[in-house]
Amino acid sequence: MKYRVSKNDVIFYIINTLVMLLVVVSTLYPFVNTLAVSFNDGLDSLRGGIKLWPRVFTTQNYISIFSTGTLPHAFLISVLKTVIVTVVNIVLTVMLAYTLSRKDFVLRKFITTAFVLTMYFNAGLIPGFLLIKNLGMYDSFLVYVIPGMISAFNVIIVRTYIESLPESIIESCRIDGAGDFTICFRIIFPLCIPAIAVVGLFVAVGSWNSWFDTLLYASNDQNLSTLQFELQKILSSTFALQGQTVAEAYGSQYSKSATTTTPASIQAAATIVTMVPILCVYPLVQRYFVGGLVIGGVKE
Amino acid sequence: MPAAAASRSNSQTQYQPHKLSFWEKVVRQKQLVFMSVPLLIYIIIFAYVPLIGWVMAFQDYSPGYSIFQQKWVGLQQFKYLFTECNFLRVLRNTIAMSLINLVLGFVTSILFALLLNEIRNSIIKKTIQTISYMPYFISWVICAGIVATSFSLDGVINNILVSLHLIKDPVQWLGIGQDFWGICGLTNVWKNTGFNAIIYLGAMAGINPALYESAELDGASRTQKWRYITLPGIKSTFVILLIMGVANVLNAGFDLQYLLGFGTNVEYSETIDVFAMKYGIDLGNYSLSTAAGMFKTVVSVILLLIANGISSKLGEERLI
Repeated sequence: MKYRVSKNDVIFYIINTLVMLLVVVSTLYPFVNTLAVSFNDGLDSLRGGIKLWPRVFTTQNYISIFSTGTLPHAFLISVLKTVIVTVVNIVLTVMLAYTLSRKDFVLRKFITTAFVLTMYFNAGLIPGFLLIKNLGMYDSFLVYVIPGMISAFNVIIVRTYIESLPESIIESCRIDGAGDFTICFRIIFPLCIPAIAVVGLFVAVGSWNSWFDTLLYASNDQNLSTLQFELQKILSSTFALQGQTVAEAYGSQYSKSATTTTPASIQAAATIVTMVPILCVYPLVQRYFVGGLVIGGVKE
Repeated sequence: MPAAAASRSNSQTQYQPHKLSFWEKVVRQKQLVFMSVPLLIYIIIFAYVPLIGWVMAFQDYSPGYSIFQQKWVGLQQFKYLFTECNFLRVLRNTIAMSLINLVLGFVTSILFALLLNEIRNSIIKKTIQTISYMPYFISWVICAGIVATSFSLDGVINNILVSLHLIKDPVQWLGIGQDFWGICGLTNVWKNTGFNAIIYLGAMAGINPALYESAELDGASRTQKWRYITLPGIKSTFVILLIMGVANVLNAGFDLQYLLGFGTNVEYSETIDVFAMKYGIDLGNYSLSTAAGMFKTVVSVILLLIANGISSKLGEERLI
């Protein structure tokens, strides 16, 4: 039965293979192309035609972003911000998720509702902006950490996961005299690793990728600038020049020290630098991406 | 006192169940309270307190004074929003782009999940899947850079279209306002299809294989199996995502439109969030920006309740 292959099946598999090839190629092409441009001589790239492989190989683009300019410091801030946000977020999320998974907790309903409602409304840009200003977090590193410290969505994902664990584990710890704090961090926390991996990945990627918080709250202080924000500045400088393909159109703002880098080649190199950490991390948690985990979090 | 309360109730539960009062319970569960109440206060400050700022939408806000000392103007900001400042155009862009994203998003991710599910070799399947959701984890800044490069005069889109003789000369796609919606839709497909398919693949993995086997015995074709087993199997997932999609119809996105919106395409690229940013931060008109944001939130909540209500009336899944 299983091995009978009809003509329709053959046609289907051919089409399916073609579709999958198309998906893979169209997904990867922009990245490979950016990689090629980032290793190609800046002025040479202006001639166009760089596809999958650099034509005039150089590492000048990378050397110039790491030796001059503000990118190394921004890289450091991005790493610092991502690590702190992720750690704080995971600890607080598991802690709250644990308390909300206790069926007999008196404030369970109230706190759950208070958190769940926040998924459906948002006070908006200006009220949030004024809150940050009034709390004195404008132009300080705290603005990266405090406002996104915990999210209702992640709490519910972890809570759903904790509820799926056998209740007897917690009961036996209680008989042994463990308090809630001990149970949460010594027993539940290690058991939650799959949920923590997913939540941690999303928080880390979100923090690494954010650029708007810097633009809104910390753009006056160059010391707080992040990699994404620097990249955004490079992007808008190249974007403003779009349509002018003549080499002279590109100013020498980035190429004073180096000979032949252009904003476009710098942008390509910075893009790769910004992207690599994520590409290293995201496949690791693939096995935790179970549909149930995602949708379980969506449904209250 | 806490110890006394605890021991008293402990000795009593043995013989007659003693109903603890609210405060007695709070005292007994003080560890849980310490672990959760600070976070409750946090969320009140960061999610609920800003709602007070909505009063700005009914004022003519000028900086330097608190919101209690402002001049009240009633609904004038909303009136201005809907009559004078292109907000209707912004609303049109927002709804158009999010409907395009919604429809394209559903079609491509379900189709992709169906096709991926047909691949029997699990290593190939995993590899394709991992590649397909890579763009989801890439920041919008990088994404905008890639879009700007791909759609530029010597970019890959123009190269392909010219070599296929679909267009004669390269086109400056981002400069053409009317094309922005399509570019935004394509970008979202490129970025999100792989990731959205994960949820459907999860739902498909939960379908009982016996159903497929018996269908095969009855001679069902592949499309029949899709139509009668797979699609009904992912229906509840689809309905939940649809409710969320409908509720988010005013959330067409901010990043792409803000990063790629310039001169000639602003007429088509500006969404409510970009509008709020432009008037609020760039022009300092806090009241108008707040009014736009408030309109967006209120409409979203109403849409969510309606979609949820209709869905549960029809006997389908509900979100809340």
